[in-house]
Amino acid sequence: MAGLNKVITSYYDALDGLHDGMTVMAGGFGLCGIPEGLIGEVARKGTKNLTCISNNAGVDDFGLGILLANHQISTMIASYVGENDEFERQYLTGELNVIFTPQGTLAEKIRAGGAGIPAFYTPTGYGTAVAQYPDGTPKETRQFKDIHGNTKWYVLEESLTADFALVKAWKADTYGNLIFNKTAANFNPMMVTAARTTVVEVEDIVEAGQLDPNDIHVAGIYVDRLIVGTFEKRIEQRTVKTAAAV
Amino acid sequence: MTLTRDQIAHRIAQELTDGMSVNLGIGIPTLVANHVPTGMQVMLQSENGIWGMGEFPSDADVDPDLINAGKQTVTTVAGAAFFSSSDSFAMIRGGHVDLTVLGAFEVDEAGNIASWMVPGKLVKGMGGAMDLVASAQRIIVAMQHANKAGQSKILKQCTLPLTGVGCVTKVVTDLALLERITDGSVPGYRLLERAPGVSVEEILAKTEAHLVVPTTVPEMKVPQALVC
Repeated sequence: MAGLNKVITSYYDALDGLHDGMTVMAGGFGLCGIPEGLIGEVARKGTKNLTCISNNAGVDDFGLGILLANHQISTMIASYVGENDEFERQYLTGELNVIFTPQGTLAEKIRAGGAGIPAFYTPTGYGTAVAQYPDGTPKETRQFKDIHGNTKWYVLEESLTADFALVKAWKADTYGNLIFNKTAANFNPMMVTAARTTVVEVEDIVEAGQLDPNDIHVAGIYVDRLIVGTFEKRIEQRTVKTAAAV
Repeated sequence: MTLTRDQIAHRIAQELTDGMSVNLGIGIPTLVANHVPTGMQVMLQSENGIWGMGEFPSDADVDPDLINAGKQTVTTVAGAAFFSSSDSFAMIRGGHVDLTVLGAFEVDEAGNIASWMVPGKLVKGMGGAMDLVASAQRIIVAMQHANKAGQSKILKQCTLPLTGVGCVTKVVTDLALLERITDGSVPGYRLLERAPGVSVEEILAKTEAHLVVPTTVPEMKVPQALVC
């Protein structure tokens, strides 16, 4: 690694500096767009007591489910966790602390965190359980006018940052300019911006200058380390059209 | 006779208008996509990052990088766009999604909706539902009118933890189409239509919330092919 070249070749180096008790963001929606190799390296490394920020928690034997099975995650900040029996077990026994966060609020907390905005007001969750902190203290609420001039209630939500962001992108150049593919983008573009160390696992890296600047989704300025991975891309719900559904 | 899931979806599809962007939740709401009136252009927004979601793919076109919010493999229609989760919820929270259709356990007189959590049962999370109900221009709830014991799910006050407050526009159940009264005159709902063969008396008996019943309540028009 030299100058602006972010490319590294070993997963060991990719997670250099990741320690017990740190906060880690991991991109993906379900199993779509997850940094498979980086999660595998966290598992191999055995880092414990992690706070994990991710929309979902993987399935039992794939994605973040691997780290749950290893008891490496102590707190999970997520919007939905329906497909994981081990998650359910640890949650019910109290081994795992879970902070459910509405999906759009989660996305915006990360976006804001990366953009230097410490908190923001959102209409989401006003009057519900998420208008309180986990300890039961009410979050600050306030009225503002919406785009139609109607007065509405809003809840103050604090942004999120992390020690490490583990991100999956489709293509990169050596400077870390990134392009995502279809719905595999999801939470990845925000997470790139919101961690002290951002590690991106991609399918393909080209020389800087080979990507059209117009095509780049996220600029390399946010990226610290880049590694080429190989991806299984497991599908959670393989649905195909049937004669009846056409 | 009560409506089937497909008939509920068909009735909701009649609420669509040309050029709308719509977010459909999991379950009956997903079926609404099969009943979009012929010749009408509607774009389906999927909160994981699609405007212009299409049907399920053929076996050869399955792409693990292209799924819907239910994590099913899907396709896109002509004119579709992809975007990040923060952009997606900017569309939702910013009120750019015209209509959200979602399921619920309970709704109440104040337009509150409970759809994400049953205390004592495993909590899986709210996903994007709280963002959707907080912000879409119109919220249509697709649900069963009563539980298996005949107890109303259209309540004076929700008993389960809320997903959102004061957000319900219309409710389509197996028995009726209800519209929430929002002019401040009275709390509750107005009975707009009843399922074919279902009496106003039965609907009233199964509705705990205040229900305003006009002099005449027409039967819903649902296609015969969908009548069980």
